[in-house]
This record gives sequence, structure tokens and C-alpha cells, in this order.
Amino acid sequence: MNNKNNLKGWLYLLPALIFIGVFMVYPLIDVLIYSFEESYNFASQTYEGVGLYNYSYVLHDTYFLQALKNTFILVIITVPLSTGIALLISLALNSIDKLKDLFQTIFFLPYVTNTLAVGLVFMILFKKTAYSDGLVNLLLNTVGLSSIDFIEGPYWAKMFVLCFYTIWIVLPFKILILTSALASVNKDYYNVARIDGTSKFRMFYKITLPMISPSLFYLIITGFIGAFKAYSDVVALFGIDLNAAGMNTIVGYVYDMLYGNSGGYPSFASAAALILFAIVLTITVINLLVSRKNVHYQ
Amino acid sequence: MKIVLDHLTKQFISRHNKNEIVTAVNDFSFEIPDGKLIGLLGPSGCGKSTTLNLICGLEQATEGKIYFGDLDVTNLPPENRGVGMVFQNYALYPHLTVRENIVFPLENFKGENRLSRQEMDDKALEVAKLVQIDQLMERRPSELSGGQQQRVAIARALVKTPGVLLLDEPLSNLDARLRLQTREQIRRIQKETGITTIFVTHDQEEAMSISDYIVLMKDGLMQQMGKPQEVYDNPDNLFVAKFLGTPAINVFEGKVVDHKLYIGEDYVMDKDIDDQEVYVGVRPEGFIPSKDGKLICKYDRMETTGRDTSVICHNDYCISDEDIRTIIDDDDPIENDNGIIRFNLKPHKTYIFSKEDEKVL
Repeated sequence: MNNKNNLKGWLYLLPALIFIGVFMVYPLIDVLIYSFEESYNFASQTYEGVGLYNYSYVLHDTYFLQALKNTFILVIITVPLSTGIALLISLALNSIDKLKDLFQTIFFLPYVTNTLAVGLVFMILFKKTAYSDGLVNLLLNTVGLSSIDFIEGPYWAKMFVLCFYTIWIVLPFKILILTSALASVNKDYYNVARIDGTSKFRMFYKITLPMISPSLFYLIITGFIGAFKAYSDVVALFGIDLNAAGMNTIVGYVYDMLYGNSGGYPSFASAAALILFAIVLTITVINLLVSRKNVHYQ
Repeated sequence: MKIVLDHLTKQFISRHNKNEIVTAVNDFSFEIPDGKLIGLLGPSGCGKSTTLNLICGLEQATEGKIYFGDLDVTNLPPENRGVGMVFQNYALYPHLTVRENIVFPLENFKGENRLSRQEMDDKALEVAKLVQIDQLMERRPSELSGGQQQRVAIARALVKTPGVLLLDEPLSNLDARLRLQTREQIRRIQKETGITTIFVTHDQEEAMSISDYIVLMKDGLMQQMGKPQEVYDNPDNLFVAKFLGTPAINVFEGKVVDHKLYIGEDYVMDKDIDDQEVYVGVRPEGFIPSKDGKLICKYDRMETTGRDTSVICHNDYCISDEDIRTIIDDDDPIENDNGIIRFNLKPHKTYIFSKEDEKVL
């Protein structure tokens, strides 16, 4: 009887298992194998040896180190800033009565806008061409600052645009999650706190924050993972030759190793991908450990 | 602390229709003596919770004044009124332990009022002992039973020694047995602390059993205030008579002709009232079965629940319920004559209400 039920259970799971197996587990194992096979060739399906050379190469490649640096800067700046700004906006949205729906819609609009179209808009805002310095530079000029080429100029200017763009594009989703989390906190907690003379700041710190901590934690984890995987946004802003622009990311490096100008190196790509995986895993585990103490599930 | 409500009125703009104004509390005036336990009683939506919110300051009065002692608190924000409140759902902070929950109000004190950590913990333990949860200080609310949570909420409301304690439907989330226990606890805690306490309930038995005074409300209007038994014995109007007492009062259509009270065609007793159509309310314990009884009913069945023996019967002129419910003495002889049962009515358990305004006559 029990065996029969088990069989039935597995049968129901089969469709999901097949898809997960074929499209996730198998490729993952494959990538792991590639990353240890030196000079693997797609066409001939041959390799020259097994070892850690691929990792050593990638970790000494200046392009990879640049990509690693870019990605880390992007993560460290955008995840806390976007989450913090989203929290501030959500708190503001939650505290107004009139026009709440209108503002919520406006803040959500970027979420439904195409990445490349938004990239184009950012080009118009920031790019310096022969005809125009771009809107942002015009603004800078009016306050007496000289024009900066944000798209092809100094590294910090490009990084600024990238961070600005990334924060802007991830805000709507975070605002959506946080406003609903805030709205679901029972008003009685605030009422009882008010009667007990709790200050606004203390209410936020001691009541609101713990109450929305599960949502906040979810946003921080997915924010880290998303930022580590940044690629398409960078392409939208700086074009496809990211190494030349000095703005490559880890995923961009993996892509370039597979298909780019310098493409055809699946072994290096695999090693880089696994390094990224290790980084994301480490950060997520750290997040989980920190969350044990600070996130309150009800 | 004495509490005085002086012509208190609260109006809301209707949620459904912006032009409509809802009067939740209508011209409320009463005085609550110091150190008493008051039950604010009424059906749902009668404005009792709004009254409580006005007293604690979460709602602003449209008109009228509220005094705590001699102090006019009408325009004071809740934190300056010195009230403790227990919400219906307890509103315990789920991420804090019992001790942290109880200490929370004390941590809000500023300046010279601020207590040392040790003093806070001592005070928390003191109230925890009062409500008998001192064994549970390091637990989270989710690890407590409903009754324990309720007591933590009371402890949190009491820890800053408020002048007034407000309880919003304190027992409605508890099961029947716990409700009995907890209401005795509330009574004991109130007696021990001597804090003027107002609690809101729609359960008349609850209010009757522990209150020093009850205040009955209906549609935002105060119906009657008094000691529970006095209100029960001397209802001002039909609503009060119907609301208090289980089983509920039996109401009949009746008339007074020549100072004689009739229910239907049955002349039941003499009444010194002008001739008119009336409602006659008879408490279940007001019926005496008798061979020559004056009220003639159709016998249905006997019911014995615990110590009460009830006779269920019918009368065409009874309008409160299909059944007339009577509670009789065990040794009263039941004369069941071909499905007919006759009663005499106890005069002090029989009330006459005007048909026009339902006031007692």
C-alpha cells in the first residue's frame, strides 16, 4: 500500500522533476564538469586535461577582476540604497490618504517599462553627443559645473549612472512589496503604542521594522542575487563591448567567454559562473544567519 | 479617578456615502465614580467601542467634554491622558517576549520619569504577579494560550499605573470556561488595584456579573445606567428589558382597559394606568403555573437545563419569540389540561411599556 502510494507520488512529481532535471540539474553538473576540464572544445568535444587551471586563469584575468570589482561596487551601493529608498517611499505612501492610489501607480510604472526603452531614456539624459551634452549635463551647467561624459567618460561617472539606473529600475517592485507589508501591520499595534506614549521613531524601530522584517529580508536576499547577476542593464547603458568600456560584470564576463569577441572558452566561462555561484551562495548563507536573529516570522 | 462624559457626541462621515453623517455616539452624559468597574453594554454597532476610543483619545469628540477627575482631557492626545487600554485582539507585540511587552510602556518614559532597567523589570514582575503570569516572562505571545495573552495585555496596560483602565471586548476571544475564569480575574485585579475600569461588551451576562455599574447603549444613545440588578429589575424601556437577562424577557401585545391589564382576551392583573395599547414584558421567572391562572397558553414541552426547569409554551399574543420560555420552581404543580397551561404573573416581574415610545409605564 505504502509503496504504491509512493509510486503514485513520484508519478505526479515526474513532470516537474523532468524539467528541473533536464534544464537545471543536468546543466549545473555539466558546468561543474566543464569548469575542471582544461581547454574544452565544443566542436570536437575534447579537452586536454583535468584540474584547477580554469579557475586560476579566470582569477588572474584582469577583465574578470574588473568585472568582479564592478559587480561588488554595484551590489554594495544599490542593494542598501534601493531598499532604504523603497522603505522611505513606502512609509510616505502608507501615511497619506489622498491620491494614494495615484502615487502607487506612478511609482510602479517603471516596473512595466521595457529595460531597453528605459536604457534609451537614460542615454538621452546622460549621454554626451556632438549635438547635445544631455539633460543632466545641462542641469549641471546651470549650477556652474562643467559637463561630464557619463556614458563614455570617467569610471566613477559611468558607475554613478549604472547605480542610479539599477536603483531606479528595482524600486517599483520593492515599493510594491513594502507597501503591502506595511498595510498588513495591524493598526492596533500602533494604537496601543500611541496610548502608551511611544515616539514615532520608536514605533518604527520597535514595531514597524520587526513586523515587516520578513518582506525586508526577502527583498535584501533577492536584491543581492539580482545585483550579482546584473548584465542586461549594463548592456542597455554601455553597449555590448563592456570590457572596452571597463563596465563589465561577472555575468557579462561569462557571456563574453562563451559568445563574445573573445568567445569560445566554455571552460573559463564555467569557472567564472561557478565563482559567481560560490559568491552568491556565501552571501545568501550570511544573510540567512543574520536573519535568524533579526527577522520575525509570525 | 472619576470620569465624566459631558454631552459627548461623535459623528463620522459615512464610508459609503460621503454626504451621509453617522452619529456613533449621541449626546452622552454620565459620571463614573472613582475606583469602580463599569460595563459598557450594547449590541454590535451601538457605539460602545467608539465611546471607549473617545475616552482613551484615539478618536476626537465632535462635541462635548471628557473629564478625568477635574481635568478636561477632551483635547489631550492619548499619551497624555494616562490611560491603559487592552484591545480585543490584545495587540501584543509578537516579536517581543512577555517581559519585553510589559516593559514597553515604561521604556517610553523620558527625562526624570525614566526608570532604571532594574526598576522597570521590578515593576513588570510586580504586575505580572498581579495577573499571575510571572512564570511566563520569557515566552513569546504565540507560545501562550488566549487567556494568558489576555492577562499579558492587562499587565502591559497596568504597568504604568494608569488612572483609567479600558478593556475592549476583553473576553470575546476566549472559550466559555476561560471566559468565566478571566472575568473573575478582571474583577479581582480591578479590586486590588482600585483603578477606575471601563470595559466594553455585548454579552449582558458578562457585564451583569462583574460590573459595579452598567451603561446600556443602543444606536449611539445611552439607554440606562445603574447597578446591574437595579437595571434588570427596573428597566427604563423595552430595549433594556429585552437586552438584559437570559432567557430573554417574554413580550406580549396587551391593552389596559378600566385599569385592568389584558393579554389578548386574558385579564391578567390590575394596573393603575390610563387605557391604552401596551407591550407587556414578563421575565421567565415571573410565571407561576396555577390551576386558576389567568394567562392561558398552549403547552409545548418541559426542559430541564442544570438547575432550571423551564416550561415552553405558546400564546398568540407573544411577539418576542415563537416560544414563551418560563422558569418555574420544581415544586410548582404543572397543570397540563388538554394541552392548555395556565399561569399567574408575578407583578414585580411584569413590566408595561408604552406602545408609542416603548418607555416603561
